Amino acid sequence: MRFEILMNILAMAVVTFVTRFASIGLLGDVPAGLGRFLKHVPIAILTALIAPALFAPNGYIALTFSNHYLLAGIVTALVAYNRQPPIVTMGAGMTMILVLRMM
Amino acid sequence: MQEKDFCKGVGDTIPLIVGMIPFGLAYGILGKSIGLTSGETIAMSILVFAGSAQFICLPMLMEGAGLAMVSFTTLLINLRHLLMGASLAPYMSGLSMPFKALLSFGMADETYAVTIQRAQAGCYTGAYQLGSNAICYLLWVMSTIGGVILGDYISDPLSWGLDFAMPATFLALLIPRLRDKASVIVCLVATVVSVGSAILIPGKWYIIIACLVAAMAGGLMGGKQDAI
Repeated sequence: MRFEILMNILAMAVVTFVTRFASIGLLGDVPAGLGRFLKHVPIAILTALIAPALFAPNGYIALTFSNHYLLAGIVTALVAYNRQPPIVTMGAGMTMILVLRMM
Repeated sequence: MQEKDFCKGVGDTIPLIVGMIPFGLAYGILGKSIGLTSGETIAMSILVFAGSAQFICLPMLMEGAGLAMVSFTTLLINLRHLLMGASLAPYMSGLSMPFKALLSFGMADETYAVTIQRAQAGCYTGAYQLGSNAICYLLWVMSTIGGVILGDYISDPLSWGLDFAMPATFLALLIPRLRDKASVIVCLVATVVSVGSAILIPGKWYIIIACLVAAMAGGLMGGKQDAI
């Protein structure tokens, strides 16, 4: 283990922990106005993490049939919308992307 | 009771391994192929436990980008944790500070999504969150080790379509939540803003920008449509 690499890893660990602990450790009861905003954070985060990967996988918007991520995403979303358990939803999505890749 | 909640947290998180294991394997393979030792690659998963930051910083480490640059990039990618933590904080207010710190360490995208769902349904306990964190952490470290060991024998699993595993995981968590008007609007705003800013702004700013704008849009819509 090289000293310089280890220092970098430790710095990443500290910074990451600080971002995780800052709100949880410092915030107690949240005012109602902020609470109304925070209630929407889960959906906002989940969407922001995946939308660019589906709609613009190569850095530009691709609403075409050659965009496998979007097609598989639509199939996955439809399965999830029918209240299937997560494992079924993910299985359907993964099957779809593999089939598209093979075609 | 605590044990039951812990096991429930483990059980609710296990389906998400479909999305996590390919990334842990891929990270382990990439770490080795880019020139880190096995120990360094695994140490990063043990100490940092943040997939996207680990992937993005790997090449920076080998290029000698420097401590400041690596730290700033990690900070930027993980800024979303501030918002995730803030939305979990009210449910955790009764816990002791050391327990809060322990649970904070394990707050990843997956464990957050599982835990906040439980919390918003009115059933949050620290034991549940600990169960979710523990299984996720264990699988992340184990799959990293798997990637490091298998790296010489298998090709990058993300190249055979497993890079879709993460979007599939988050869609499975997201779509069932879109049951009222406010949630659908938040999702649409987050989609437009994240795609737009991902294209226009370099780096990972799009995550935090889209999250802030969309959550604000949801907050401004007021309370009456929010009932689930």
